[in-house]
Amino acid sequence: MKGIIDLTASQVVLAYLFVIIVLVIIRIRGINREKEILISSFRMTLQLILTGYILVYVFRYPNPFITGGIIILMEAFSIYTIFRKFKGKLSAPLKKVVVISMSIGTLSCLLYFLLVIVRITPWYNPQYFVPIAGMLVGNSMTGISLGIRSLIEGMTTQKALVEEALILGATPQVATRNIINSTFDAAILPTIQSMVGMGIVFLPGMMTGQILSGTSPTTAIAYQIAIMFGILGAVALTVIIMLQLGYRTFFNKEDQLYEV
Amino acid sequence: MFEFYDVKYKDVLDLPKLEIEQEEITTLVGASGSGKTTILRMLNKLISPTQGRIIFNGTDLRQINSVAHRRTVSMLSQSPAIFEGSIRDNLNAGLRFQERELPSDKELNHILEQVKLSKSLENSANTLSGGEKQRLALGRILLLNSKVYLLDEPSSALDDETEEMIIQMLTEHVKREKKTIVMVTHSKAIAEKYSDTIIEISKGRCLTRRCNDEGNN
Repeated sequence: MKGIIDLTASQVVLAYLFVIIVLVIIRIRGINREKEILISSFRMTLQLILTGYILVYVFRYPNPFITGGIIILMEAFSIYTIFRKFKGKLSAPLKKVVVISMSIGTLSCLLYFLLVIVRITPWYNPQYFVPIAGMLVGNSMTGISLGIRSLIEGMTTQKALVEEALILGATPQVATRNIINSTFDAAILPTIQSMVGMGIVFLPGMMTGQILSGTSPTTAIAYQIAIMFGILGAVALTVIIMLQLGYRTFFNKEDQLYEV
Repeated sequence: MFEFYDVKYKDVLDLPKLEIEQEEITTLVGASGSGKTTILRMLNKLISPTQGRIIFNGTDLRQINSVAHRRTVSMLSQSPAIFEGSIRDNLNAGLRFQERELPSDKELNHILEQVKLSKSLENSANTLSGGEKQRLALGRILLLNSKVYLLDEPSSALDDETEEMIIQMLTEHVKREKKTIVMVTHSKAIAEKYSDTIIEISKGRCLTRRCNDEGNN
């Protein structure tokens, strides 16, 4: 199988034609978005070029500390993004829960995936660590963002039902069971839906990348199947840890609901 | 049964001393916003005093597990929330939460009779009117067979006739089973007729506490 055709800088510049088409369309339609599209296009280009050069260095000189540092940076950035994108105010205990669930959920799945399923050598090989961590952390970030919004919404709109259950002698865990279950469902639904369409509606990014770079489609598929299960596991684990710890932040030590 | 010592709750309540006797019907009366509901919520441990202490049968309420306490002291709130599902599901809700054995349909229908709700157990609970929901919630806590009932305006959504019947049924039940009721009511007539003790609350303070000799003793 042939390797991938190298794209020169001038060929990449040709891809900017797509951006120009979008700019022309929105100008004709009078949609005021030119600035955002231009900034995000240039920002993405710069970020990826920079990342590319960093990865070339990191892959050439593998080092457990650098690999670890990149993973920590990814985690920190994803947690920061969850906080930043949340509309409203997240309580300090809930922020702590997000940090704990993202760290434990994604890291445990990442280590299991790389060390037990793929069995990479050396164990800190950044060529595997960095892209796989990106996928697990990115999807878990989406899951947690959806989950935290649904949890807060549920605890606010169904507060009377939760309180009624407490009055009738339910533990906080039982009183919030329906909210936790529907939140978990809402958070993992996008992952399940993407699994359903995979291979028929669209070819997933990682698989496409592997096939383009000359990997046999069967190997690419094997990786894709494994990574999808890894993503499902990471999303489910981070969300369930967040929910199991998160619902408690709405109660005090005396099992009383905090007044909002 | 309940003793209040220098109890304060934010700027809503300030009760230097208050006693609620066991196996009695105690009624809290007073204008709306005077703090009556706050007292009931404290007795159910849904909230705790910001200052002072409440003693329940000789033990500081703070030292009693809240869930265990709520299983001994049942409360009916003024607008009780009704769960999704049938009348049967709602009647059984408390027992399910407490992981207790569920009653037979015969027992459930008997409770419905007691609270004057002539509906099928299969009916959806959310289609009931406000008064019917209140009676359903009352039936739900009667099934728990607790030692203490805290009732916040138990008949506020009922017409006068049904109100009288329900209160009469409750007081008979309490006297027969040697239970305790702490009830908030807007009706002075109900308070005078059925209570052993009437406590008047105004602006978070206890104005009077008197034994009601004319009550249903």
